[in-house]
Amino acid sequence: MSDPSTHRVLRHMAELDYSVVQQCMHCGMCLPSCPTYLETRRERNSPRGRIALMRAIADGELEVTREFGEEMYYCLGCLACTTACPAGVDYPKLFEHARAEVEAADVLFTPGRRFWRWLTLRQLFAKPWMLRAVGRLLRLYQASGLCSLVRKSGLLRLLPENLRDLEPTTPTVRRHFSDALIAGIESPPARKYRVGMLTGCVQDLVFSDVNRDTVEVLLENGCEVITPRAQGCCGSLHAHNGDLEQAAEQARRLIDRFDLASLDAIITNAAGCGSHLKHFANLLADDPDYAGRAREWDRKARDISQWLVEIGFRRPEGVAAEPIRTTYHEACHLCHGQGISKQPREILKAIPGLEFVELENATHCCGSAGVYNITQPEQAGKLQREKAACIAKTGASLVATANPGCHLQIQNGVGPGVGVRHPVSLLAEAYRKEKKERS
Amino acid sequence: MSPVSKAAPAATLSPSTIRHLRELAGAENVLTEREDLIPYGFDGTAALKHGAACVVMPGTCEAAAAVVRFAVSEDIPVVTRGSGTGLSGGSVPVDGGIVVTLVHLNRILEVDPANLTLLAEAGTITKAIDDAALPHGLFYPPDPGSMKISTIGGNVANNSGGLRGLKYGVTRDYVMGMEVVLPDGSVAWLGSKCVKDVAGYSMKDLFVGSEGTLGIITKVLLKLVPRPKARRTLLASFDSMEAAARSVSRIIERQIIPCTLEFLDRRTCECVEDYAKVGLPTSAAAVVLMETDGHPAVVEEEAAAMEAIARESGAISVEKAADEAHAVRLATARRSAFSALARIRPTTILEDVTVPRSHLAEIVAFVEEVAVRHRLQIATFGHFGDGNVHPTILTDETDHEEMERVHLALGEIFAKTIELGGTITGEHGVGLAKKPFLSGQFDEASYALMKQLKQALDPRGLLNPGKIFDLDAPTA
Repeated sequence: MSDPSTHRVLRHMAELDYSVVQQCMHCGMCLPSCPTYLETRRERNSPRGRIALMRAIADGELEVTREFGEEMYYCLGCLACTTACPAGVDYPKLFEHARAEVEAADVLFTPGRRFWRWLTLRQLFAKPWMLRAVGRLLRLYQASGLCSLVRKSGLLRLLPENLRDLEPTTPTVRRHFSDALIAGIESPPARKYRVGMLTGCVQDLVFSDVNRDTVEVLLENGCEVITPRAQGCCGSLHAHNGDLEQAAEQARRLIDRFDLASLDAIITNAAGCGSHLKHFANLLADDPDYAGRAREWDRKARDISQWLVEIGFRRPEGVAAEPIRTTYHEACHLCHGQGISKQPREILKAIPGLEFVELENATHCCGSAGVYNITQPEQAGKLQREKAACIAKTGASLVATANPGCHLQIQNGVGPGVGVRHPVSLLAEAYRKEKKERS
Repeated sequence: MSPVSKAAPAATLSPSTIRHLRELAGAENVLTEREDLIPYGFDGTAALKHGAACVVMPGTCEAAAAVVRFAVSEDIPVVTRGSGTGLSGGSVPVDGGIVVTLVHLNRILEVDPANLTLLAEAGTITKAIDDAALPHGLFYPPDPGSMKISTIGGNVANNSGGLRGLKYGVTRDYVMGMEVVLPDGSVAWLGSKCVKDVAGYSMKDLFVGSEGTLGIITKVLLKLVPRPKARRTLLASFDSMEAAARSVSRIIERQIIPCTLEFLDRRTCECVEDYAKVGLPTSAAAVVLMETDGHPAVVEEEAAAMEAIARESGAISVEKAADEAHAVRLATARRSAFSALARIRPTTILEDVTVPRSHLAEIVAFVEEVAVRHRLQIATFGHFGDGNVHPTILTDETDHEEMERVHLALGEIFAKTIELGGTITGEHGVGLAKKPFLSGQFDEASYALMKQLKQALDPRGLLNPGKIFDLDAPTA
């Protein structure tokens, strides 16, 4: 082997310490956890296989090729391998840098791909006002009846095939976004903590009710909630899709919105965001203006369920007439990305009238995986069907999950007969019911 | 073992050869892209890497046989691979050769509760075998560390062990028959469902542990046993390895044969606990995981006796697993020991020396002494009941000076093992990693006998060449 210092200098892989790649001792313990390996049984579709390719690039034995690029995007980024790995390989870091390398080398170039990436990563999800404007248009389209008119008219045939297939699964945009539902500062009667609230991007448009529920639950537990206006994307989408530069920019913007010193915690209720935004220090390590604040940010960032259990949330009282059988799907970026498994269950089990049943393969990816269901519809559909079958086996009429992508993917998979809710919404509802019963 | 063998530029096969392989195995089952081949350059062994010219994933046993027949006719070496979790480099490719991976041959063909047997294709995952036995109240005991992904064919080819060896034995003890593709491409069935069968040589036993050098195992007939009704797991910690060894000796002297008697030293406990968080003590010099299974009354009695013996022998603490789930978590944590040790240094070299049980404390002490003398970090864990020790050297393959000390240390550990009447490998196989040390363990006649066997079955040396030993150059 050549000396690590003589490795071909690659922009993104070179930023990685070689020991991160070397950490993988290819024991194979990750193989049974990887959805793509289980599908094909080919080594290149496995975590250790992908790391072997990254290492080959770092060692100068392989160029960044189109095949390599495709492989990095066939990976779901579900991070199940991270949980399975006894050796503690930092796969999220490897994966993000590898995708960044693929983008830098531009090996997947097509004019269409470049356009969509520019539109989504550099425009829509970089500019909060633009995302909201598009959200409002979409809302208009969906609420006005134009949507069903278009579907009947056959106009959709003008769209490229994968977008056309997706149109019916487009999430319904809420009438009000978070800023209309949540005041800049909301205070409980007796304040024990002060927290910052992240409203997210997709969450803000499609699940602003979950954001409102989160605030209510926080208030109920003595937290004053500070919610800066028009926050925008945390950059998770960018980091996950090989745009580390813009991800860093999004992180800086978000950090600027909060007065960190005055807050006990920064709260997110979306697993995909939480898994990314707990590692701003990595992203901004070389930025002297932000490195210190990023470290403080990481220390304070919490998933809502994690925070509630940490502060000993109050259990709502009351009984429901008929218990509702509920199961829990673990969002990859909550269980694998953040190691949070017990806390959401603890919350669900504390809710009166909720009969909790475990879901078989609860930690298996549902196929949402960011934009994977758009880029790899076939594999995503397969995982979605597997998830729906496991849910059907439980006989539950309600599925709890804590990530907007999973929420939509599962709702589309199980159909209208089964409800999908965020655990924090169920808790908020229980608090509301309790109040009604008391009054 | 050479420090790090860099993948040689893959020798390519001719387009007509590839075309022919595609006809035999199906186009989608023949991989030739560089991006496809690089991840097949290694198995679970540290610092060994070579480049295959192509990977074939046959979907049927017939296709596997056809591929071998063709490869042999073309003089192309064939390396068989399961899930690639081997720990001696046995399935590392031969430069320019074909890798035949059997992962698509994963059907369980029959469970026969009347005869307590199971017939499966060689690519079936080990754990799936036991899962298939479970509904019939049956049990497949061998449980190598990688059982969630290792294939049964790989287990048989390496005669894999596991955590339950003391009471239940190893893979060989469960193999009743097999289908094998021989080096000339013919297909042979060896063994039977009969408990007693002395018709001719016990040919199946020749292939158990042959590491793919004599034939390609495509189907396996396995013995199952009744599933134990109860299980008790204990965790005892000691302030010295000697005290732990004393405890183990006394348990066996009292004629208690637990299914598991595993030990982990402090460094291993720290790494495993860091990963698995199952409550392993990280301050004790040695932790022993003990498990007894069988009839509930006997299990209770044996567990109580083991606890008392551990305390008499100076255990700092003895803890019972709270329930079955906790017991499974403890065993799973132990299985992750090797990989968890990779947290400390970039390269993790796992050894597998085995001595007669009574010498175990001696070899463990010797390893500690070697580590100090050669200024190396060595963590040790293993199977106390089997005398099977896994000294694991935590090092960095890019540091040549340190790697030299690693090789000196390994040589000394092997020499001491042989001196104590032991073997250089208890359950991982020889492969490439232990090849240089093998001859030291055998007298001339027995070493020559192995080579004669190989030459008789595979005269052209095309099946997994260069593994276990090198054949002498043919005399013209």
